[in-house]
Amino acid sequence: MKHSMHLLLLSFFITLSLSFSLSLYAGSIETYTFKTAEQEALYKGLIKELRCLVCQNQDIGDSNAKLAQDLRRQTYEMISKGSSREDVITYMVERYGDFVLYRPPFKMKTLLLWVGPPLFLFLSLLFLFKFLRNRPKTAEIELDKKQRESIRALLK
Amino acid sequence: MIPEIGHFALIIGLAIAIIQAVFPMMGVRLNQPQWMALARPVAGAQFLFLGISFACLIYAFLSSDFSVKLVANHSHTQMPTIYKVSSVWGNHEGSLLLWTFILSGWGVAVSIFSRSIPPVMLARVMSVMGMVAIGFLLFLIMTSNPFERLPFPPVEGRTLNPLLQDFGLAVHPPMLYMGYVGFSVAFSFAIAAMLGGKLDAAWARWARPWTNIAWIFLTGGITLGSWWAYYELGWGGWWFWDPVENASLLPWLAGTALVHSLAVTEKRAAFKSWTVLLAILAFSLSLLGTFLVRSGVLTSVHSFAADPERGLFILVFLLIVIGGSLTLYAAKASKLESTGRFELVSREVGLLVNNITLAILTLTVLLGTLYPLIIDALGVGKISVGPPYFNNISLPLGTVLFLMMGVGLFLRWKKDSPERLFKKLLLPANIALIIAIFGPMFFEKAFSWRVSLGLLLASWIALTALMWFAAQGRSLWQKPLSAWGAMFGHVGMAVVITGITLTSMYSTEKDVRLDANSGYEVAGYSFKFTKIEKDLKGKNFSAIRATIEISQKGKPFITLYPEKRNYGPGTMPMTEAGIDGGLFRDLFIALGEPLGKGAWSFRIYHKPFVRWIWLGGILIAFGGLLAAFDGRYRRTRKVFLKEKARRKGTMA
Amino acid sequence: MKKTHLIPLFIFILLALLLYRGLSLNSRNIPSPFIGKPAPAFDLPRLYQKDQRISAKSMKGQVWIMNVFASWCQSCRAEHLVLSNFIRHYKVPTVGLNYKDYGVKDYGNDVINWLAQLGNPYIAIAIDTEGRTGIDYGVYGVPESFVIDKKGIIRYKFTGPIDQKAVTETLVPLILKLRQEPA
Repeated sequence: MKHSMHLLLLSFFITLSLSFSLSLYAGSIETYTFKTAEQEALYKGLIKELRCLVCQNQDIGDSNAKLAQDLRRQTYEMISKGSSREDVITYMVERYGDFVLYRPPFKMKTLLLWVGPPLFLFLSLLFLFKFLRNRPKTAEIELDKKQRESIRALLK
Repeated sequence: MIPEIGHFALIIGLAIAIIQAVFPMMGVRLNQPQWMALARPVAGAQFLFLGISFACLIYAFLSSDFSVKLVANHSHTQMPTIYKVSSVWGNHEGSLLLWTFILSGWGVAVSIFSRSIPPVMLARVMSVMGMVAIGFLLFLIMTSNPFERLPFPPVEGRTLNPLLQDFGLAVHPPMLYMGYVGFSVAFSFAIAAMLGGKLDAAWARWARPWTNIAWIFLTGGITLGSWWAYYELGWGGWWFWDPVENASLLPWLAGTALVHSLAVTEKRAAFKSWTVLLAILAFSLSLLGTFLVRSGVLTSVHSFAADPERGLFILVFLLIVIGGSLTLYAAKASKLESTGRFELVSREVGLLVNNITLAILTLTVLLGTLYPLIIDALGVGKISVGPPYFNNISLPLGTVLFLMMGVGLFLRWKKDSPERLFKKLLLPANIALIIAIFGPMFFEKAFSWRVSLGLLLASWIALTALMWFAAQGRSLWQKPLSAWGAMFGHVGMAVVITGITLTSMYSTEKDVRLDANSGYEVAGYSFKFTKIEKDLKGKNFSAIRATIEISQKGKPFITLYPEKRNYGPGTMPMTEAGIDGGLFRDLFIALGEPLGKGAWSFRIYHKPFVRWIWLGGILIAFGGLLAAFDGRYRRTRKVFLKEKARRKGTMA
Repeated sequence: MKKTHLIPLFIFILLALLLYRGLSLNSRNIPSPFIGKPAPAFDLPRLYQKDQRISAKSMKGQVWIMNVFASWCQSCRAEHLVLSNFIRHYKVPTVGLNYKDYGVKDYGNDVINWLAQLGNPYIAIAIDTEGRTGIDYGVYGVPESFVIDKKGIIRYKFTGPIDQKAVTETLVPLILKLRQEPA
């Protein structure tokens, strides 16, 4: 039961550790202001869906790279001038290609990606159906109460 | 001298692994009990020598022996002792040695605690584990020698990255490795069963606790990793669907399916070939993860320095281990006849649907993770697959899975009647619906179907688990540990879902400009910027520190001190955000840049229920632990030991 | 032996082939969507002649290179000598795009010192303090170099530092070929 003690201690540590501090690479924090709540939501959604190309694997919202800062500014400027989500995405894809999108567009080359999961589902339903149909039909010999008692008596 | 001893111990370890792989298996073939009996002492020797090797590496780090290349590259004299130790596995070579050492640890544990297993079975299991060890030891010795010396040792180590000196980073990789490597036990049992052509309830009973324990470590490791990512990597994110994170999730999903499938195999002698396949998959996916982390084929935030040559070595290793075991599976799986009969409405079918959903989820995550590579390999460009894809896909699949979790518990083995089931589930279903509809009101937020769905699933799982647990007869403390385990596991999942739902939907994230002595309100808390101090001197940094007074409904609540630190030339400035963590919400504030006239930019987060994600993970792991120590596993052993003692007695 | 039991092995073999292919791919190199498309227009002030401007239009009719560089970029220093020799030897008109460098508060005049030290092979240096032209060209990692033909079409993009191998194997043949094409 030593493990459980450790786990309990850890859980205490994780859930109840109050007021600690955390280290991050300092990034710039831009104080963009938006005309409407919709624009703000659009901006926040977009910077989580656009990939910072120079980083290892981060969206432009999380990254401190110069490029990410520029792309945030670009996104903000376009949105505050009234651009839609599609406008911003088209603008980015024109310049950086599909790689910049964390949500891959639906095209020929991403067909398997999007169709894959429903396909897996279909195939496994097929498998399930076949498996259940081919499952041995004859039930195991069920003993009623009397029989079980008599066997128990025999075994004694 | 010490590093050479370590290196030498490693080579001896390889020689022992070869003995462990060859002799017990040959013993089975040639019917030589002595050869088979070799498995146990050899496993002990393997553990001893790899232990010596690992200790030597730790010693090299602790004594800052910079003539060892690994130490020079990954340590520093100014590092606190605990982080000197954790740097041992903070790099490719050291972590691989830890992997192999842990593998030998699992081996010795199996040889000690599996005395009730027939010698033939044990010999096969230990042999397979020996083969896996050979692969890893060859990999270490041939491509990644951790004890390599430098001809001209530097006077100081190269790494003093404050980001790497962290408790979460120090403990979560070993936890994960315990999980990954632990699946090698279930894998070896599966291979042994196929070689022997026999897989019965006793086999499942031997394999189950080992699988459970490995799965617990993996659950714990993923939970800790997510917690670490939350406070270290991202601005408040806790899961990024990064390839390396997915690499840990894949064996977990397969392992979760395995844990449940083993139950059917043990209790009902059904799904045998499926269980064997899952055991192979869980370990194969662990190995695949190592390949992805160390070969550099995918771009990730966490990967080690990429090296295609190492990648090729692991790939060959994967081909032998996975390819070999799947070939064996193709040849032998149909011999594992499942005898258990069951009706359409039965717990067997419930668990089958659960397993299939988990399998689809595993395949989908694998597809999404590897898809950029597929596109690249076909030469049709580059794409990214990120969180939006994985979130979209896992929502419907997760919903099916979570709904089934509630149904599965109440189903009876063999045969159940839909009417009975319906009656049982009516009450929890109704309560869950009420919670789903009125839940958002409780949080004083607008209705959102995502929140409702999340709360519906969470309360459904929790309610069914608790009601099922209550109906397990007997008084609380007499219920079997496996019932406790299932209850904790399911309730833990409900807690995770609650955390994910509420954090994702109700978090507030604001980047704001604060003038001196001005304030900002987020989620009922008002943040007041009262002071800025420049040029504070720390141990090895200088800092700018802001004072933020937080009050709730006018009452002072807490003061946080976000900082910006500079660790000297050549380093990136670091942000030390102030966090006030709690069971129901985290408050987070980070200091940005000066904006002139005493104003600064700040980032403020309010994250409700975020800690429930990790709390739930811990509950799940705890549930697994309870189940692993269920009385029946010990009972088999006790009966066996008694039997053995009796036999000895009569012989004397 | 049942056929269905072969499926996992089959999937694994496909996977292994994919991973083997993956080992020889460079996941960091992202293809540019601009290849075969007109070079985006720009009109920027010049570094040493602030009152003059340099534009993509003014370069038309010749095969030229746009090299994106900055004084804060380590790999730019690494490629500078190789690139300069190539430019001088083959007389390739090259525009330097000084990316987020001159005029940025923290860097100021660093680029002037940098060029004084390493030499200036460019026919003109365009100042892109805010990095907007960089975005228009899809620049993500400095240094980057674009080869543009006489019609103003981008024919090749080089991401990362140019080394001697890249010059002899790719750049020289490409430039010579493009010079043969009609304007």
